[in-house]
Amino acid sequence: MADHDTHPEHDHLHDHERSELSPLELRVRALETLLTDKGYVDPAALDLLIDTYQTKIGPRNGARVVARAWRNPEFRRWLLQDATAAIASLGFSGRQGEHMVAVENTPEVHNLVVCTLCSCYPWAVLGLPPTWYKSAPYRSRAVREPRSVLQDFGVSLPESVGIRVWDSTAEVRYLVIPRRPDGSAHLGEADLANLVTRDSMIGTGLALPPGSGV
Amino acid sequence: MSYRSNADLGGRADPRPVLPEAVGELFHASWEPRVLALTLAMGATGLWSIDHSRAARETLPNYADLTYYEIWLAALERLSLESGAVDATELRQGQALQRAIPIPRRLDAASVAAVLARGSPVARPASQPQRFTVGQAVRTRADQPNHHTRLPAYARGKSGIVERTHGVHVFADAQAQGLGEQPQWLYTVVFTAQELWGQPVAPTAPRSVSVDAWEPYLEPA
Repeated sequence: MADHDTHPEHDHLHDHERSELSPLELRVRALETLLTDKGYVDPAALDLLIDTYQTKIGPRNGARVVARAWRNPEFRRWLLQDATAAIASLGFSGRQGEHMVAVENTPEVHNLVVCTLCSCYPWAVLGLPPTWYKSAPYRSRAVREPRSVLQDFGVSLPESVGIRVWDSTAEVRYLVIPRRPDGSAHLGEADLANLVTRDSMIGTGLALPPGSGV
Repeated sequence: MSYRSNADLGGRADPRPVLPEAVGELFHASWEPRVLALTLAMGATGLWSIDHSRAARETLPNYADLTYYEIWLAALERLSLESGAVDATELRQGQALQRAIPIPRRLDAASVAAVLARGSPVARPASQPQRFTVGQAVRTRADQPNHHTRLPAYARGKSGIVERTHGVHVFADAQAQGLGEQPQWLYTVVFTAQELWGQPVAPTAPRSVSVDAWEPYLEPA
């Protein structure tokens, strides 16, 4: 096999190797070997896909979008009007971000995003979803008792703030624009982006105060 | 046999806490990224649609007992079998014994970046005018269809307001059944907490919840 050097796991395993692997590990290796040998997948493409979501596409993308919106009223208007195009202008587009909508937190409304039916999530701006986003407790509770879900994240909002939950049931993907923290007026875009956490763009967190960047 | 989704969790009583997780904690076992990549690569072949994938996952009988990547793994095995890409003996042995079937596309390493950047947009040209307008009161269908659907159980038979129109999108219900795209107008419909969860409204409740609903899910209120 051409990929022998980089993918020894595709080859037949020695007994001592096999015995060290969990049943799931063995099952996945069997499937990967089979699909590769049949020519359906390119092993180099698999590695590239993993690398892309481990190092290239993640919540720093979304943080740049939010920071730009905080600083630039025209970009903010565009983002609220046509998020897909505004986000693409920063170079973020494609898989699980084909149809983007940005929703903005205000003093009256806090937005929270969930997918109760599976794990729909805006990959193009946030990368892969965290485990909790895909978990049964989050998907069950977010639409019914979001305030107690927020408590699990250490977030407590005043009663005067209403929580709006967006259930991603189709192919539209939602990005929350958190409120810009007080005391951040002097910061440039890069410093602002450091205040934008992944969870704040899902709605389970708030942007960080200046001086405590991620 | 009636269709049953084990993934429709919205509003279920679940006493378990949500466990926050640090950014970067993407995988919890070394096989998980392989399953992610295999799922994406096989999805890219065009042997099945994303709606087929969701249907395959949500109808796994042991859905509730599996972790998310275990769900993806089981569904990928199932789709590979059902599409004829592999057979059960091959799957058991992890060895190719039959000729490969023709696939519409193969995702090669050289095209990964471009394919991800392009994604799979589902917006389609409108062939008929939209039935509902922003601000209109609507009622969602109450029946449970006997196939994959994207109207969650908690939002069935409920009155809401059309808040946004998203254009015409591939209809998940049709595509999951292998009936083609049958694109339909898609709307964001918003419901109050009391409409969804009744009175009295708990202090932990949302002010409102929205779903994205294709036109066939809706009737005028």
